[in-house]
Formats: sequence, structure tokens, C-alpha cells
Amino acid sequence: MSLEKKKYIGQPLQRLEDPPLITGRGRYAADVSFPRQLHMRIVRSPIAHGRLKSIDTAAAKSAPGVHAVWTAADIPEVPPIGFREGRIERLEPYRQPVLATDRVRYVGEPIAAVFADDPYLAEDAADLVTADIEELPPLLSADEPPREFEPGRSTEADIVRQGYGDVDAAFKLAHAVVELDLRIGRHSGVPLETRGAIARYDAARDVLELHGAAKVPHRNQEALSRMLNRPMAGMHLYEGHVGGGFGIRGELYPEDVLVCVAALRLERPIKWIEDRHEHLIAANHSRQQRHKVRAAVAADGEILAIDDEFFHDQGAYLRTHAIRVPHMTCGILPGPYRIPAYRAAGHVRLTNKTPAATYRAPGRYETTFVRERLVDAIAAKLGMDPVEVRRRNTITSAEMPYHRPLQALGEEIDHDSGDYMGLLDKAMARVGWDKLQADLKRRRAAGEAVGAGIALFVEKSGLGPTDGVRISVDINGMVEVVTGGASIGQGFETVMAQICAETLGVDYRRIRVIHGQTDKIEHGIGAHASRATVMTGSATHVAATKLRAKAIDVAAELLQAPAAALDVIEGKVVRTDRPDGPSIELGDIARHLSATSKTRGDREPGLSVTGWFTTEHQVYPYGAHIAVVRVDRDTGAVTVEQYLAAYDIGRAVNPMLVKGQIVGGFAQGLGGALFEEFRYDERGEPLSVTFADYLLPTVRETPRIDIMLTEEAPSPRNPLGIKGAGESGITGVGGAIASAIDAAIGKPGAVTQLPVTPQRLKELLKAAPAAP
Amino acid sequence: MTAKLDVTLKVNGRTHKVHVEPRRTLADALREDCGLTGTHLGCEHGVCGACTVLVDGEPARSCLMFAVQAADKEIRTVEGLAKDGKLHPLQQAFTEHHALQCGFCTPGFLMLATGILERQPDISEDDLLDVLSSNLCRCTGYENIVKAVRDAAARMKAVR
Amino acid sequence: MKPAPFTYHHPTTVDAALATLAEVAPKDGRVLAGGQSLVPTMAFRLSRPAHLVDINGIKSLERLGLDGGELSIGACVRHAAFHRPVAEGPLGRLLSTVVRHIAHYPIRVRGTFCGSLAHADPASEWCLVAATLGATMVARRSSGTRKIAAGDYFQGPLMTALSEGELLAEARLPLLPGETRYGFYEFSRRAGDYAIAMSLVTFRLKDGVIAEPRVGVGGAEGAPRRIGTAEAALAGRAPTAQSFTAAADAAAAAIDPVEDAQASVSYRRDLVRTVVRRALERAAA
Repeated sequence: MSLEKKKYIGQPLQRLEDPPLITGRGRYAADVSFPRQLHMRIVRSPIAHGRLKSIDTAAAKSAPGVHAVWTAADIPEVPPIGFREGRIERLEPYRQPVLATDRVRYVGEPIAAVFADDPYLAEDAADLVTADIEELPPLLSADEPPREFEPGRSTEADIVRQGYGDVDAAFKLAHAVVELDLRIGRHSGVPLETRGAIARYDAARDVLELHGAAKVPHRNQEALSRMLNRPMAGMHLYEGHVGGGFGIRGELYPEDVLVCVAALRLERPIKWIEDRHEHLIAANHSRQQRHKVRAAVAADGEILAIDDEFFHDQGAYLRTHAIRVPHMTCGILPGPYRIPAYRAAGHVRLTNKTPAATYRAPGRYETTFVRERLVDAIAAKLGMDPVEVRRRNTITSAEMPYHRPLQALGEEIDHDSGDYMGLLDKAMARVGWDKLQADLKRRRAAGEAVGAGIALFVEKSGLGPTDGVRISVDINGMVEVVTGGASIGQGFETVMAQICAETLGVDYRRIRVIHGQTDKIEHGIGAHASRATVMTGSATHVAATKLRAKAIDVAAELLQAPAAALDVIEGKVVRTDRPDGPSIELGDIARHLSATSKTRGDREPGLSVTGWFTTEHQVYPYGAHIAVVRVDRDTGAVTVEQYLAAYDIGRAVNPMLVKGQIVGGFAQGLGGALFEEFRYDERGEPLSVTFADYLLPTVRETPRIDIMLTEEAPSPRNPLGIKGAGESGITGVGGAIASAIDAAIGKPGAVTQLPVTPQRLKELLKAAPAAP
Repeated sequence: MTAKLDVTLKVNGRTHKVHVEPRRTLADALREDCGLTGTHLGCEHGVCGACTVLVDGEPARSCLMFAVQAADKEIRTVEGLAKDGKLHPLQQAFTEHHALQCGFCTPGFLMLATGILERQPDISEDDLLDVLSSNLCRCTGYENIVKAVRDAAARMKAVR
Repeated sequence: MKPAPFTYHHPTTVDAALATLAEVAPKDGRVLAGGQSLVPTMAFRLSRPAHLVDINGIKSLERLGLDGGELSIGACVRHAAFHRPVAEGPLGRLLSTVVRHIAHYPIRVRGTFCGSLAHADPASEWCLVAATLGATMVARRSSGTRKIAAGDYFQGPLMTALSEGELLAEARLPLLPGETRYGFYEFSRRAGDYAIAMSLVTFRLKDGVIAEPRVGVGGAEGAPRRIGTAEAALAGRAPTAQSFTAAADAAAAAIDPVEDAQASVSYRRDLVRTVVRRALERAAA
């Protein structure tokens, strides 16, 4: 027998998740059904801003198949949805009520809920609900002066400020000052599966179940048990298959609360499946910001200070994230550059639009666009090569770990490792930058509008502080890894299984990974902020290491062998010094450790352990994107001809899945750069309410991209050196494409707004003739 | 609410007798009345393609057809692709090429691709992209879907 | 997004369909053909027909064939029928060029040519074809049949000359003379999206100059139409960049563009100039 230990970490293994998904046996929210269930349909405000004077539900209540129709008056005991990080006194008034009470603040706001036998009948009845709403002037832009949110309270909920150093002095001493006014459009994750929530109350066990959970089931368990005044042991959330998360799914929304309340009160299971129209007006939006940013620079291109004032279009309410996105925007803007002095002030302004929160790479997609535009503008102002400006300012590997007195997600920024400029140099070598530029120049001379652009960025991932994993082996040698993580389609199960497989010494296909079930494990912080592989993966590693030691300890006794001579290989404890010697299966060890086993001795029963991983800091992967675009001068359309996403991930557990994350992230970034935008008319009526108006890129618009994945800067902050993979594909796309468009049309600084729609680009082209 | 009709649906070679309102979409009938939830609803207005099934061999948006219209037609859904426990070459290729992440759009892509490859095994690259642009995926960036379909096309031809 | 209730009728002959339509059309009854435009509007409950008369079971409406110098397209002929040329000569090729721009493959398999004309979306490719080539619409009701010329048929966005209870049973396209050149160019945000602007042009070259030019523009106004001033700018001229630019400028000047979320008036005007010029270039190529 071979004692060759099989490698699992670092291998592009096929996913454990796939078999049910490719055979139509998955269970997404809409696939969950219970006997006697009722279907909920939400009646939504058709008015962006108004006084809600009355709601007439009489006709709906007497419609066929209807069991109940609720307005806010029916659920006075239900509080508004709180913030995940806890009470924030000054912001509490901006929370969203589960059903609107006396004001409506955006088109799509829930004002009533209908419960009926069938979704068709529920929708019929919802159509019969009428609301008397006195329309008020809507506030639709965060640029406008704030108004009154309610008497004595401004629509400017907060001004978030972060900074360090003497910014004013730097501007006084500066050789030059560069100033930009930049806008990022309103986009969102828009997963292909809409939201869904199915609640069931089991009076026999006094347990309220919520199915269709995602992302942060444990946090929502806490929030719901608090809101509904239930013991946490009587409030459980279950994650099934999840049709894409991207930050927006899994937050606690009004509909989640309503199905829970209704399941308790109506004593029937309640099912709610969002439709696409609802999704586009009711699920979190994101991104929309305007930055007025200035840089003070020295003659040699050194950035002496950045001063950013930005306006964050929050939409109608503060949702679960409160002001996290604008706060992180402040913290993360400097990115890979030193920036000796920095000041950011973010105006968090409420508007009469769908509430905003996180979407993949929140704060980073926006700030990478802003920062990289700024660097390009500095280069243009000083007549320098933009690459050289980057080189002049980039934090070097010798400076690591690099601490910056700014915060993101409640933690100080502390870059762990990396050679940022080194990665950009490699990326440029990969595309043959000099030759590429010469080719593009030649093509421009021949009349084409083609150009290349760069974006350099640092990501943050692996939000702590702690995650725990329980691993057990059954008497058949099958392994169960119970996590408090969540799977939103990223390959979580496979990655955890790979880490467990290599650490423990079993085939990854014999490992079953549990996630998103609050009744299986007490603690869990789910899947967000690219934390799953870093945090849950590290906890899995810790637990698997402990389990291996435990198995070897038992085996040493059973095999009468020194522990040091034993290893676990493909599920069997063997003697490394005597390949032909006795061995024992993990399943047999589990049998020896069963509660009733006589050979257990005084060991605790079960071949199972719990492992915890704790960290003080996030980890900071980094990337460089290079885009080559062609502009159609007549139509303003942009075609991405070539794209390279270079990324240092520290260590890739499954490079195939990492690349999948990057390509998918790129496509979303492309959408945000060129296609996707939630638009409103002057009355606050949303205009992007179908898939024909909110333009997700198809395969035709999405070019094949090149990926350069490096593992040169493993994180010193976890045992495997892992950094997160989830967001790097999207982060740099807006910045890189904007830069490439500038180059293509020969107008440095032309692009100041995302998405660059053909109409906007055509306007830029008409504004002044392009230089050849 | 209007009177329900008796409709016989032939799905993956099996007969399902359902009793539905005329307004019930084929997608809802497959999911709720036949219990075949592999067909997904991503938009219900014919853009995303997640609900794509084969109707008499041609890919169709099952959200844009009423169940009554599908009476006695041959319907194929993702649940019918694997035969005797053996994955269809497209299913095999999708997992090998990591052509799915969340998997929600996958049944629609599988049926779209099955329909087209059965009709046009030698489809050109450009025509294939044209067909695959019918459906939306939000996770993969499409690259691996295209690779998987290309690979499956080759495997299906080899079997022929 | 579940459709409102309706009563379903599924006649198997044209006469039965017309009889049913005569009865239910006044009671908010509509024809259901491919359903690829109607059913989405029903899903959003923007339309709530009380009756649907499904014509998909009527075999005689599937006819697609030549008939006295015209291509006759029955009400149940699907877009996909045109993927390969259905007639010899330029018309068949033209239709197979245009059809690739209509939505996506599964929609083309189900949606119908006549359904597009009856729906009359301003950005519909087939409506542009009908307007440019001078199609004849054959409208039937139980009391009789009438023919409507394209110029009279398209009356505005989603508005046609069809009256209540009439079935667009057939559309007839004139065959194009063998030497006819054609060019089609469409601009949309994504593959398969409705056009923001598009143009279909045909002409013949006689002694090196353009004869019988037709310049159609769609997606830019409430309904597609031929642009007479653009045609005048081409007739009798050589097919040069200069004459094409003149025609494109004339088209841009002639139209009264609609404004929507995708395009302002002035942007759409610019696009019309571009699509006309590019359609002409394709025709000349």
C-alpha cells in the first residue's frame, strides 16, 4: 500500500455541490413547501414619498382564497428592523418599519400583506388593496440639500468622517492640486434567484422555523428572536440552496419578519417568493455615491494628501448595515498607496429610493474607481506616466505590515503582506504592456478609438473575530463538518471539505459539510466580506488538526504503536515506518469511542472535536486589472477587447473555484461599468423594473478574460495563509474600464461617471473632438 | 379565478394529469403540479431563461407558455436529462468545467444547450454564442458555460 | 407576477376563431399567438385580457409560401422559420439576416411574425421590415377580409389599424427583384434587446447609380417608417460615402425621436444617422 498522502488544498477539484444542482434536485427557497401553507403577497407603495392616510383592505379580505390582510395597524408590536451591529441611538429613527405606518418613502415600500391559498389568488387580492396617499415632493438625489426626514430630523442621517495627518498643510505645500467630481451609479447584486422566505411554527416543539435563509442565518436568528421575543432555541433558520447572494441576499428584510409573525399568528406555514419586479425595487440597492475628491501632489508625483467629500445616496431607510458602506468607503479609499495625510467626509443622505446596502466589494468598487481616476488625473496633470505615479506611491513589501489609522468594518486597517507594485509589474509583463501600448497607438493613428487602462487595488477579506467548526467521524468513517458558515453558491462545501480532507487525511468526497442551519451549531457568522474561506476554513483546519490528533491518540493505543509513527491517510490510521503493518479505519476508531464502547477508557465519547479560530485583523489580498477597450465613436458603445485580472490570494484552496469567483465578479463589474443602473423619473418612479431595463450582461457582452493568480504573499494571520477570493474580480473593473475609455478617446479624465452608457459616452465625444 | 381545466402534460416521458386554471404558466404547473422543481423561475417575463424547457424538442420559456398550451406536447425538463443514473454529457461537462456556481440558472442553460446541440451538433462558435446569449447567469461570467457546452458538443458527437 | 385570470379559447379553424373573436373581443378578448410579448405584459398585469383566443391550434395559419409574387406569412409562422432563407433571392436572405436580431433563440422559436406586427412595438424588427418593404396586412373578421397597406397599418406605439375583433391572419411581403441590395443595422444595448435605433435599406444599382431606394427607420419614433427625404438623397446617385452620408443626415433630420430611459432625443437622432449610414454601407458591400 502506498503511503503517499493525497493533496487536496490547492487542487482544482470538482465541486461536491454540483450533483443535485445539475440534475434539478436542488432546493432553493421556492422549492420549499409545507402542507397547508399560505402564500404571502406584499402590497407596495406606488408613490415615492407621501403621507399614508388610509388603506382599504375590505375588497381584498373578501376575495377568493384570502385568509388575512394586514397593515401596520395589525402588527403594532413588531418593531422596525434593527442594525446588525446593535443599537446606534442617533440612527434608530431611520430604521425601516416592517409595514409603512404614516409615511411612504419609496416606490416598493411594503404597506400591506395579503395571505391566501395560492400565489395567484394572493396577487389578485393584493390588486384590490387601495391606499390613500397624499403625495409629497420626493427627494431623489444625495447632491441636493438635505430636507426634513421627519419633524426636527434631517435626511442627512450622519456624516461619517475618517482621516489622519495634516491635510490642510499638505495642500498648502503642494506643487499641484488635482480635483475631481465623480459619480458611481446605483447598481445591485441582482442574483438570479429572487428572495424567498418560508416560515412554519411547530407548536408541538414551540419552534418557529424560517426557511430560505442565507448569508447570515445566525445573526438573523438573533435579530428575529429579539424582535419576536422568543428564546433563540425556539427560533431556527435554515439555509437551502441559494441562488446567488452578492451581499444583498440574506439580510433581514420586512418580508422575513412578516412571514414569521404570520406563521405564529395564523398557525399555518407562510410562503413568500419575491417576484423579479419586486426584487428590483425592494431588495437592497447599492453603490450610488458622488465624490468630490482632491489630491495634493508633489512635482515628482508623490501624493501628499487626499481630501474626499462624498455623498452617499442611502435610499429611504437605513437597513441592517446602518452606515457600514459609507464608513468603509472612508476607510478603504487610500487602497495600495501611502497617502501621508487623508481626510474623508461622507454625507449619508436619505432619498426616496430603494434603501441601499452592500453589494459585492462594497465601498471598494466605488473607491477604486475614485482613487484610480484620481491617480490617472494626477499623471495627466504632471505629464507623468500613470504607472510611474502608482510606483511612486505604492506601499512596498518592505513596509509590511502597514498600519493605517483608518477603519473598515470596525477594525483598523492593517495591511498584512504583499508586493502591490510587483503584481502590477507582472500583470503588465503578462499583457506585454509596452507592445500593447504601441499597437494601440498605431491603431488610434489609423482612426480607431482603442485604449488601455489600469486599476490597482487592495481588497480586505476574512472579517473576524472568531469562527468555530465541529467535525465528527461516524462509525462508517464518514466525516461531517458542521459550520456556522453559509453557502451562497461559491463552493463553500467543497472548499471546507478540501481543507478538512488534507488536514485530517480523508477523501474529500467522504466529507459532508453543513452550513446555514442554526439548530446544528450555536455560533456562526455566515458568508460575507469574503470571510468564509479565511475564517471558517481556518476553523476547519484547526478542528481537523485536533481531530487527527485525537484519532492518532486512540489508534496509538489500539495499534500499540508510538503516536509519532502514525499518520492518517485516506481515512485510515497507518504506521509510516511500517507500511505493511497494522492499520485502523477512522470509522473503527469512532466505534471504539462510541459512548457504550468498553475500549473508550475515560476519553470523551465520539470521534468529534470543535475547533475555533480567532483573529484580530482582516487579511488584505490585492489585485491589478488591465483593460483594453474599443469605443464606437458613432454610437458611444464600448467593447472590452481584452482584460487581465491579476490577483494575489495568498493561497488558493481550489484555484478553479477562485478563478470562477474572479470571472464572475468581473462580469458583474462590467455590468456596473457599462450597463447596469437603477434609474428613476422625476416623481421617483423606478424605471429599471424589468430585466429589459436593468441590463445584466449576457455572454455576448462578456469577453473572455485572462486571470493571473499568484500566491506570493500568504497571509501570516491564519494557518494556511489564505486570503479571500470573493470580491477581487469586481473591484477594479469600473476603474480600469474608465481609464481605458479615456485612453481610447484621447481625453484624459473624460469618464467621471459609472456606468459609461453609450449615451453618456456619446455626449463626452461630442463635447470636444477627440485628439488623434 | 376562472374554472380549472384538466390538462395532460407529458413530461420526460411520463404523463401528469393536472387540474389548473388557464392562466397557470407551464413553469408553475411543472413545479407545483408535477413536482418538478428543477425548472426555475428567475424573472417570469421571458428574459432570464432560467425556466427554459424543451417543448417538442425546441427550447421554450416555460414562464411564457400556459400549461393548457402544452397539453399533449413532449416536454423535457432538467430532471429527465440523466438516464439510468448516468449524467447527460452536458451535465458532466458543466460540473467538470465549473460552469455553475449557485446553480440557479443551470437547468435553463442545460435545456437550452440540449435543445440546440440536438438540432445543430455542428453549430458554429458565433451561432452558439448567439443561442447562449438567450439566458442570464449572474455568477460565472459565462466563460465556463461556453467551455462546457463546447466540450459536451464534442462528446455528444463522439457518441453519435 | 402571475397573470390575472382569463377564459381560454382554443379554436382549431380560422372560422371558429373569428366567431369566438367576434363574441369575446368586445369583452376584452385578445388573440394569443406566440405570446412572447403578450404574456410578459400579462405577468406584470399591464394587460389583463378577460379572454384569450389561442390560435396555435389552427393548422392553416402556419402557411408560409409564395403566392403571386408575394411571400405569404400566416399568423402562426414563427420567427425561427426565417433562420434559413424561405424564398430564393434577396427577400429570403434579408429576412434571415434580420431574424437574428429578434430577441433570442427560444423566443424566436415561439414568437410569430404576425404577432410582432399585431403587437406593433416601435422597436420591432419585423415591423420595420413590413414598413420598409411595403407589406400588406390581411385582416379577417367573421364578416369579411380586408387588406391594409403598411403605410396605413402602423399608427403609433402599440397601435395599428386592426380593429376590435380582427385577426391579422396573414402578412404579405413583395418579393424583391434579384439584383436588389439590402442592408440592415441595429443598435441595442445588449444582444437581443429591442433596438434603440435601426435601419433597413434596399436599393438597386442601375448604370452605377441607385434606383428605387427604400430607407426604413425603426426604434426611433412611435412606429417604423420609410424616410422619403433620405430616399430622395440616394435616388440617381452613385453609392458613395457622400450620398450615404447625405441620406443619413436627411433621415436624422426627418425623424421626431422618442425619448426614453435609454436614449435622449438628440442621442437617438445621432443613432439614426449612424444606423442609416451603416445599413447603406452594408447594402453596398
